[in-house]
Amino acid sequence: MSVELAIPRGYTRVFSRPAALSEAGFTYCPGCHHGIITRLVAEAIDELGILERTVGIAPVGCAVFLDRFFNCDFVQAAHGRACAVATGIKRARPDLVVFTYQGDGDLAAIGTAETVHAANRGENITVIFVNNGIYGMTGGEMAPTTLPGQRTVTTPRGREPRSHGYPLKISEMLAQLDGPAYITRQAVFDYPHIVKAKRAILKAFRNQLEGKGFSLVEILSTCPTNWRMSPVEAGRWVAEEVSRFYPLGDLKDTG
Amino acid sequence: MPKGLVIVDKERCKGCGLCVEACPFGVLDLSSEYNSSGYRVVYMARPDKCTGCAVCANVCPDVALEVYREESSVKGAA
Repeated sequence: MSVELAIPRGYTRVFSRPAALSEAGFTYCPGCHHGIITRLVAEAIDELGILERTVGIAPVGCAVFLDRFFNCDFVQAAHGRACAVATGIKRARPDLVVFTYQGDGDLAAIGTAETVHAANRGENITVIFVNNGIYGMTGGEMAPTTLPGQRTVTTPRGREPRSHGYPLKISEMLAQLDGPAYITRQAVFDYPHIVKAKRAILKAFRNQLEGKGFSLVEILSTCPTNWRMSPVEAGRWVAEEVSRFYPLGDLKDTG
Repeated sequence: MPKGLVIVDKERCKGCGLCVEACPFGVLDLSSEYNSSGYRVVYMARPDKCTGCAVCANVCPDVALEVYREESSVKGAA
């Protein structure tokens, strides 16, 4: 699908596709931040030189086809069970680098138990948690992370916490536990935040290489399709609204 | 010769416009050309303004952009 491009004369290439990504095109909707986050993970794998010994665990959700996008090995876990599968692989083969890549419907709803217990055990794995506050792939239903007042197809008048419950702040919850080494929340709505998110992902992988234990990077993402916004509006909404409810920054770092 | 150059992989571009919004110099815009998936692809509307900073490629969710910089403006380039 992609064309091999010759470097124009007199120019040096300063940005190109990471080697950890395959040639397959992403199946994400136009403007979805998932694509940025997927690329940042690939860049981190490249920079650490761990492609040959990395195993990813794909979730159920919009990122279900991750195995097609990456050049490393992948396992497709049952919905929400990525941290449990990662635990098994990492304990059986501690020489491998194991990461999960999960959305909020996967990690914060059906997979809450697996996530909390893997974190509490301090499993030496890396978790990339993509939070866009909605069930994207299935058509835009309310997720545990949906903001109060936010309209979804199952909360057409907006989420009302008294009947629909309050949003679940997974990272704050996990940061209270003794097990995790690193819990942080990042976003990718503009270039400076993309740089910071990349740094956090690199740290989460380095922690695993150094045997420090469970590291989770939550990244606030968009869902332009189901939020009924343009990609640019969706990014602005993360910057102005979502990141106010879910403050960015490190929640736990044992160093 | 412009300082920077952006090469668009037209089949990967989904015309989301995030790069158009992010470019600090207004270099990129959506063209009237459609790719085989039916998306309007981006192009360098004002190529002379490009500095090769690669902010566009960093915000591109489909890794559709490659960025080049003129050799004399790259510090320590190999």
